Amino acid sequence: MTQHETTKPFDVIIIGGGATGAGTARDCSRRGLRVLLVERFDISTGATGRNHGLLHSGARYAVTDQESAEECIKENMILRKIASHCVEETDGLFLTLPEDDIQFQSKFVDACRQAGIRADVIDPKDALKMEPSANPNIIGAVRVPDGAVDPFRLTASNIMDAKLHGAEVLTYHEVTELIREQDRIVGIKVLDHKTKETKSYYSSVVVNAGGIWGHNIAKLAGVNINMLPAKGALLIFGHRVNNIVLNRCRKPADADILVPGDTICLIGTTSSKVPYEEVDNMYVTPEEVDLLLREGEKLSPQLAQTRILRAYAGVRPLVASDDDPSGRNVSRGIVLLDHATRDGLEGFVTITGGKLMTYRLMSEWTTDLVCKKLNVTVPCTTASEKLPGSRENTEEISKKIISVPLAQRNATINRHGDMADKFSENTPLDNSLICECEEVSVGEAKYALNELDVNNLVDLRRRTRVGMGTCQGELCACRAAGLMSNMKKACTKRAKADLTSFLNERWKGMAPIAWGDTLRESEYTAWIYEGVCGLTSSSKE
Amino acid sequence: MNLQQHNISDNNFEQCIKCTVCTVYCPVAAVNPDYPGPKQAGPDGERLRLKKFNFYDESLKYCINCKRCEVACPSNVRIGDIIQAARIKYSEKKPTLRDFILANTDLVGTLSTPFAPIVNTTLGLKPVKAILDGVMKIDHRRTFPKYSFGTFEGWYKKQAAKQAAYPKQVSYFHGCYANYNNPQLGKDLVKVMNALGFGVQLLEKEKCCGVALISNGFINQAKKQAKTNIASIRKSVLEKKIPVIATSSTCTFTIRDEYPHLLDVKNDDVRDQIELATRYIYRLFSQQSAKLNFKKGEKKIKVAYHTPCHMEKLGWSYYSIELLKLIPNIELTVLDSQCCGIAGTYGFKKENYKTSQDIGASLFKQIESCDFDVVVTDCETCKWQIEMSTSKRCEHPISILANALE
Repeated sequence: MTQHETTKPFDVIIIGGGATGAGTARDCSRRGLRVLLVERFDISTGATGRNHGLLHSGARYAVTDQESAEECIKENMILRKIASHCVEETDGLFLTLPEDDIQFQSKFVDACRQAGIRADVIDPKDALKMEPSANPNIIGAVRVPDGAVDPFRLTASNIMDAKLHGAEVLTYHEVTELIREQDRIVGIKVLDHKTKETKSYYSSVVVNAGGIWGHNIAKLAGVNINMLPAKGALLIFGHRVNNIVLNRCRKPADADILVPGDTICLIGTTSSKVPYEEVDNMYVTPEEVDLLLREGEKLSPQLAQTRILRAYAGVRPLVASDDDPSGRNVSRGIVLLDHATRDGLEGFVTITGGKLMTYRLMSEWTTDLVCKKLNVTVPCTTASEKLPGSRENTEEISKKIISVPLAQRNATINRHGDMADKFSENTPLDNSLICECEEVSVGEAKYALNELDVNNLVDLRRRTRVGMGTCQGELCACRAAGLMSNMKKACTKRAKADLTSFLNERWKGMAPIAWGDTLRESEYTAWIYEGVCGLTSSSKE
Repeated sequence: MNLQQHNISDNNFEQCIKCTVCTVYCPVAAVNPDYPGPKQAGPDGERLRLKKFNFYDESLKYCINCKRCEVACPSNVRIGDIIQAARIKYSEKKPTLRDFILANTDLVGTLSTPFAPIVNTTLGLKPVKAILDGVMKIDHRRTFPKYSFGTFEGWYKKQAAKQAAYPKQVSYFHGCYANYNNPQLGKDLVKVMNALGFGVQLLEKEKCCGVALISNGFINQAKKQAKTNIASIRKSVLEKKIPVIATSSTCTFTIRDEYPHLLDVKNDDVRDQIELATRYIYRLFSQQSAKLNFKKGEKKIKVAYHTPCHMEKLGWSYYSIELLKLIPNIELTVLDSQCCGIAGTYGFKKENYKTSQDIGASLFKQIESCDFDVVVTDCETCKWQIEMSTSKRCEHPISILANALE
């Protein structure tokens, strides 16, 4: 291990490559600050990549939390404009089942309207026409402007814009120490996981955007934040059952949202407290799977007959109010802590709480605070300036890349928005597929490898959906590993190790729901990799 | 224990485990790079189309609906059905006048048979073929099947009373081919059944099975005809207790499988009673002491049996082959089971001619490589393709059987 000192000072260092960190990097860099973002793994590996991908209208919170509801609907409308390539405007239905209290509906609608959320009560028959997969026994339906948002794309796009404005981004750099001078944080020490080097970086302000891991980062500064890890488990189904978001019209509870997201749909979530020590190792339990299915089938009976692809769980970074040491009074709202005023520690800011929906607002508040500390008065532009990928008409882009086969063209524009115009010069080889389920071409994978900070197969999956389809890596993983090796991104030995860890990561998500066709397919996958490709059992975990 | 243990999914495509053996067995994917192959066009594509309709790719029209993908599939995915259903649901291409003429075998047959000598001569003329090619996009290299001067139904009317006198009866779904092009096949069937002690009836009302209507996009008309046929079949099977047999493998397959799968016309109450003539006869031989008197001292003939795709899908070529083996003077060779390439009306279309002939090439080579006297097959369009593309004559097994009888 070598000690590598760098003296180049930044205005702000952001710790954490989730949506909030990426959004803060974007906002800060757009306001002219010199920005460094560090992330210990890949971008969107934490709660950002482990949620519903629901573009909340805010309706879910309207009755219980007006403030969150108002924030949601405002950010919802902003994201539709600035991140159109990450958003699908599906709308949402709040369904009342026979077992639910229909009286709740009017209370719900009133609360929505009060928060500025359009809420139309519609005839259950019309609701079923709009969304035939919904439970036919519903006794009430309200239509709201919910949608779907892809958190991987959203984060990647924020990173891209931040870099376009001069930000530096270091993934696989884990903060090991906060450099302190008297009562001020002046920089960070990081371990580069790829080279195993330790480096130091200095800045005027350090932003802790580590999500649930922000707890530990704050500890490095000797600051205590009372975080309450809340696990949320979800199931991914093999294809889209619904095209409109389905919610239960009742107080928020377990497994009451079914979201169509890209080629699949997701039911979630559960909610359970977990010890902090377990946040790095989330497994979905059989009880959670049963609960998700039991409740999910009530929203859409078809789920009982739909293949489940995976189960996964994320950890919400909930924060106990500072004035409540018992931790019972939990806020789901945005928590921005200026440690100068809170703890007498200058140059250190923590942003946490909140949700994916409000990542931009969280970033704006954080950047406002950072700017105040640095005496910068440039206004925020992130609510009006579109993200890369969402700037141009995708129909025009489609015409530009007409040589790309149709399904691939649609899929790639879906994923990359106007960035897909990079594929206009594709050769026939570039147009050959790596991932057949999700229509990811060699050209798209090359683009991701060259321009989107991809270090391994799992990173590639987050940028392109390689391995996210029904086959879960069966056909694509070895092709992608081969491509990475050919492009000198990995030596043969590393490519093989990477392939093994990718397949094991895929299996982790399948194990809790490994029955029926999913089990059959995973057995076949194991046979291909062990029998044909010669990956040995000893290289498995 | 899990909650999904009784999974009886309508989402048949989800049974696919991506083994890709369907694409390996697809005759089109092997010769036409524009066709994405059954895996991508079927289960993979279906998942994407469920996300958004614009994932429908018009290249699905290259599927010849041979169902060899379904035969190959170890996971029971109805790949061919998924592709055809997607075409029905999503295709925005309107059928052309050519498609109308090719699809309406009933109508065109009715119009042509009274003038068969003129129609046959005219369709064989080079300038006519050039016009058909240029204007209608029906390939000029294609030989048209000859129309018969007078239909099978016309001939049968004079036989009806005699047939009714037999103690045992079968209903015969003759199909357009036996009716308009080759009444002799129908007559042969009557001869064979009579020799077995069965009288042959026709259905109260028979329409074209609709296979060409389905493949050319005339779904409503196909549904209407399917309903008429099933109503007549029900009358025969359920009221008169008379089973239905057919000589065309494609008609049989369409009525049994495509009606419920693609046209949503239910047939489960009669499906088991609709079968191929060769299977029915074979079963008579195996279950009862049926006897046929064959001519004696006939010269040996070398016969090659070609398995049509829909026979492969039905799994019934065994019966035709075993029946042929009963004929004393036949030396039988079973050809490799592979698509001949015509696929009904598909091969008649100018844009498909090359694909069609490329698919059939290895079959034609195998046929020419041996000194066969005749090729035998249960499918009429395979017959046209083999006769046009090789030097051999091609006959139906029932005709071969009828010929061998005393």
